[in-house]
Amino acid sequence: MDMASITASSSHSPSRTRITQEPRWVRYTLITIALTFLALFLFVPLISVFYEALKKGVAVYIAAISDPDALAAIKLTLTATAIAVPLNLIFGVAAAWAITKFEFKGKNVLITLIDLPFSVSPVIAGLIFVLVFGMQGWLGPWLAEHDIRIIFAVPGIVLATLFITVPFIARELIPLMQAQGTEEELAAVTLGANGWQLFWRVTLPNIKWGLLYGVILCNARAMGEFGAVSVVSGHIRGSTNTLPLHVEILYNEYNFAAAFAVASLLALLALITLAIKTGIESKVSQQKGPNHEH
Amino acid sequence: MSIEIRNLNKRFGSFTALNNVSLDIQPGELLALLGPSGSGKTTLLRVIAGLETVDSGQVLFNNEDATHQHIHERQVGFVFQHYALFRNMTIFENVAFGLRVRPKSVRPDNEEINKRVTDLLKLVQLDWLGDRYPHQLSGGQRQRIALARALAVEPKVLLLDEPFGALDAKVRKELRTWLRRLHDDMHITSIFVTHDQEEALEVSDRVVVMNEGRIEQIATPDEVYEKPANPFVYEFLGHVNLFHGRVHKGRAWIGDIEIDAPDHAEAEDLAAVAYVRPHDIEVDREPNGESALAAQIVHILSVGPIVRLELAREENQGKNLIQVEISKERFRGLQLEKGDRVYIKPRRLDLFPHLTH
Repeated sequence: MDMASITASSSHSPSRTRITQEPRWVRYTLITIALTFLALFLFVPLISVFYEALKKGVAVYIAAISDPDALAAIKLTLTATAIAVPLNLIFGVAAAWAITKFEFKGKNVLITLIDLPFSVSPVIAGLIFVLVFGMQGWLGPWLAEHDIRIIFAVPGIVLATLFITVPFIARELIPLMQAQGTEEELAAVTLGANGWQLFWRVTLPNIKWGLLYGVILCNARAMGEFGAVSVVSGHIRGSTNTLPLHVEILYNEYNFAAAFAVASLLALLALITLAIKTGIESKVSQQKGPNHEH
Repeated sequence: MSIEIRNLNKRFGSFTALNNVSLDIQPGELLALLGPSGSGKTTLLRVIAGLETVDSGQVLFNNEDATHQHIHERQVGFVFQHYALFRNMTIFENVAFGLRVRPKSVRPDNEEINKRVTDLLKLVQLDWLGDRYPHQLSGGQRQRIALARALAVEPKVLLLDEPFGALDAKVRKELRTWLRRLHDDMHITSIFVTHDQEEALEVSDRVVVMNEGRIEQIATPDEVYEKPANPFVYEFLGHVNLFHGRVHKGRAWIGDIEIDAPDHAEAEDLAAVAYVRPHDIEVDREPNGESALAAQIVHILSVGPIVRLELAREENQGKNLIQVEISKERFRGLQLEKGDRVYIKPRRLDLFPHLTH
């Protein structure tokens, strides 16, 4: 603990607060601006989602989310997420491990490729899949011959979701693993650990909170993705509609109560994600440092 | 275990880390690899550990070729500069790690592991810290735990990479003496890397001085300090003054001083450099009839029982200040002050002909 924080915690001298803080009116103005902005652009829309969803009563709300098409959309969203998240979990850990623990040619290319889904518009990402797997695409005729449907079917939606969510876990792990370095792994090797023991006993415990954080973000995006999925889905009700697409359809049909009811599910998911994320964040920052503070 | 190193070569791209290095290490010896950064000392240590491969050459453990042995087969313990303790394990589990990851057939049972770890924690005098985590320990404590962890697998060789490099001066000194005592109790062949000459001289049985991937000298600490093999070792080990002069048929001249140089009887009017340690220079107010160099006191620094003087020779004012160390008594006796003129002569010097800097 340095001198400044000792003073801060042990005494309440007014002189110090005057030295290190802006005048009162500056502070309150800044806080007011920030809070007003948050209220207008985040809080009010969120409240309105739930308000609109429940405006016509709980019965309408329950009817809207237990509609067969809505249930099908929930099921499809969960399916796509259940495939995309574990695959990206494996890929993310493998990529982060390779990038941070080894030197190899093409490392920078790999890092750039991982970032690609962040830099490409989701609509373009969807179009790429249509161009490759669609009827007029490169593999279209061959797929049609073998009676395999990818575009306007579930596999297309899974692929698009997978593509969009590739960076989340790897991007979360790379800086964390870089900060931790390779010394602990080297030490484990000198003590006789094999690769498997190294991963499960040393590397994984060190990155577990960062990994969970990445999974949460990946999960939120997988469930909420609209653009890419919209292009490859074909919007076939009860079959290739995910939750966000279902919201759009309902809204376009002026079925506002149902649209907001389904949207409230996604909003709820966002709130849960936010809560878990805040809890994990402090653990991640704890993992980054403790071995090197001296 | 004895270690023999034969003609090791290692390059990283265009950088030569090891240049034909050969070295014999006796069983039970505590050896220091000393050199500036980039001298290849850490690479050599990592090659011995099996953490690094070589381009050519051999490493022999007890006369058996270990060059291509995997690190697991070499039975070495390695201690890292930044401790590399497992941050998610307690101190106890850190020390137990090497035993727990053993294949089932040779893994001791829990009771045995408990006993071994407790004994090791007692050995490093930290048995009361078993259930803490690494971040709750001080640097010195962490390094002792790192040592206990390395010893847990009963290595035949202990390798330490700048073990005290990350610690502050006081803790570093304590740990040095502690390591020396521990080694004397255990007699395990140990090699440690350092760039701190004081550390190397104080702790080790023998010092290997390295520079640019080559070994410059292998000798006991006393020998390395008293009889450096060449100018590099001279300059690397402690403060030293450098004088330019000439040697001719067993006589040497430095400025106005003429001295015997029996080692260089065959020299025919060669340029030479002379190295003199600061405490090997005599200072007086008068030339006393003998040949001496005149100089002026530029700076006086009193450190404990020693007074350090910086002198400028009168011929070349300002450049190449001469460092001299005299006792406080002598300093008081002479009543020296800044700006005074004094006469100096080396009590002992080493001449290296032909090596002009």
